[in-house]
Amino acid sequence: MKKCLLTNSNALFNKIAENNTLYIPVDLEQGRVAYKKFQDGLKMSDALKTDRSAKDFFFPQTETLMAFKTQGKSIEVIDTRSENEDFVVFGVRACDVKSLEVLDKVFLAEPVDTYYKNRREHGVIVSMACSRPVETCFCQTFGIDASQPEGDIVCYKTDDAFYFDAKTEKGEKVIDQMGDLVQDCDDSVVNAEKAKIKEILNKLPLKDLKADAFGKDKTDEYFNSPEWKNLSESCLGCGTCTFVCPTCQCYDIKDFKTNNGVERFRCWDSCMYSDFTKMSAGQPRVTQMERFRQRFMHKLVYFPTNNDGMFSCVGCGRCVSKCPISMNIVKVMKTLGGKNNG
Amino acid sequence: MQKITRDNLIEIAEKLLADGTVTRVLGWKKGEFSYDQTPAIFTSVQEMKDSFVFDDFSGANFSKYLVKETRKEDGKVLAFLKPCDTYSFNQLLTEHRFDREKVYVVGIPCEGMVDINKIKMALGDGVVSINTDSNTLKVETLYDGVKEIAKADVLLERCKNCKSKKHVAFDQLLGEEGDVVDSNRFDQVAELEKMSADERFAFWQNELSRCIRCNACRDACPACTCEKCVFDNPNSGVENKSPANSFEEKMFHIIRAFHVAGRCTDCGECSRVCPQNIPLHLLNRKFIKDINSFYGDYQAGEEVGSRAPLVNYTKEDIEPGDAVNKGDK
Repeated sequence: MKKCLLTNSNALFNKIAENNTLYIPVDLEQGRVAYKKFQDGLKMSDALKTDRSAKDFFFPQTETLMAFKTQGKSIEVIDTRSENEDFVVFGVRACDVKSLEVLDKVFLAEPVDTYYKNRREHGVIVSMACSRPVETCFCQTFGIDASQPEGDIVCYKTDDAFYFDAKTEKGEKVIDQMGDLVQDCDDSVVNAEKAKIKEILNKLPLKDLKADAFGKDKTDEYFNSPEWKNLSESCLGCGTCTFVCPTCQCYDIKDFKTNNGVERFRCWDSCMYSDFTKMSAGQPRVTQMERFRQRFMHKLVYFPTNNDGMFSCVGCGRCVSKCPISMNIVKVMKTLGGKNNG
Repeated sequence: MQKITRDNLIEIAEKLLADGTVTRVLGWKKGEFSYDQTPAIFTSVQEMKDSFVFDDFSGANFSKYLVKETRKEDGKVLAFLKPCDTYSFNQLLTEHRFDREKVYVVGIPCEGMVDINKIKMALGDGVVSINTDSNTLKVETLYDGVKEIAKADVLLERCKNCKSKKHVAFDQLLGEEGDVVDSNRFDQVAELEKMSADERFAFWQNELSRCIRCNACRDACPACTCEKCVFDNPNSGVENKSPANSFEEKMFHIIRAFHVAGRCTDCGECSRVCPQNIPLHLLNRKFIKDINSFYGDYQAGEEVGSRAPLVNYTKEDIEPGDAVNKGDK
């Protein structure tokens, strides 16, 4: 365990930024919070969550995958990737760290998504325990412990210091780079902090929400439930839930003609959209009810079925606070999972 | 003004359901917390007693829901509409988007709805309960116990600049009718107009750069009721799932603002639902302000069937060149 006084935090960030591109959460105007590239003097936000999750660093909303240049009868394929440097994402919460594990299952399975893999290899995650979880949080439902996040380095922030614990080689390397800005210390402060967080977690209104009713091979149990109709009734069909979600991973690829060739472009897609997975025969889910059902079945049933029971919701609560009509996975779980479900 | 409660609305619905005037009720359904209600259809009084709510967080504009709801069955649906909602209602009727005969409108007075984000910004996150005591909200958070805040300080942006307390459409009115209000809703537009072109560009660049293209603004907008939006149509040639650059970021919103110009009632749903807190309503208000100054005051949705200045030629119309010059100022 290493300790760095908060009075030295700017020096610490500068030190990390000497060797890596460093991103920290920053308070913007009107309560907005976003990751920004660290520059000397930039202050870290104490907000619980960034508006957009850390997913953006590994699976950005838009990217050009490659370009094709034609000259006469030859076609040149150009690799447009530019991210070859190590970067550190500082202050990732337990739920968002877990979301990367979910994304790994998708993008690192064969056929490996080399764009994602490249970024994962270059990225170092400094996670941050949640000292002030809020009412929309329900990571506990999915077995995540906000007092003990995963990550390359786990960080605890108290009133006067950061406490770091390296969990991987990548993490140790960054701790080494911190040099004498960090000193060895024992676990006592961090253990007290963990206990404090656990106490708050026990007070959260969604603490009793259980996922036990869902999971592997439950498709038949829920697919034809009459509840989907009412649950999806007022869904606007917008993509807010999918785009603020740290685990939503669907994308679309299109080739665009440019002045002197073709660019292959990838962007996030949303199962809530009417043209999602549109094929020559049309879109397989023609009603909003079917699209709505797809999203929640994917998180709670299909993903666990294909991934040894792992849910693809991490309980970050972004959809809970952002949905324009306040319909969300918590309400879906409580409605479908029965009265005893939280 | 007499305070309208949930029980008042249930009482009205009970009568209308019992005498067969309506077959169902479009209302707000209780959520997990004090502020996260969802629009829902209720078919019985029991359902309403179980989960119907009406309070400071019943902000959703139900008018657009009627397009879909009236197609479902022949019976009438009861819709509770606040004054601003009735303007959207009339505008949709003007555009023949649903059958008026299939809706029974109960006009409900409104003293402004509350924005949970403003509460959280003022008092901190972790809100576990909210109780209203006349014009004060008692907010309990996980970390600071119960704190009080004036309702006026946390109103939704559109309610802060409420344009009308008058219902322009209803079958039955609850409480006393209000008046059109002398609002300050164009003040912010005037401030934007005062900026230099570069400053204004920077302002919108900053705001729109946060857009995630979730389309919530469009999907909630009562003026956006195309059966198939060009941006969702792969055959349109302009289908666009996410902005690839800052140009595309702006184009979507600017095109949308043009498309609803003259039809936008300034209901403010676009900004209310934006997950990235972009003040989209300011684009629409700029158009409304310009239309007012070029053609005389016009309020979309004020009456059914009115022809908006932009689609109604008169010999007195301003010359396009003059309009552009005026806009330059």
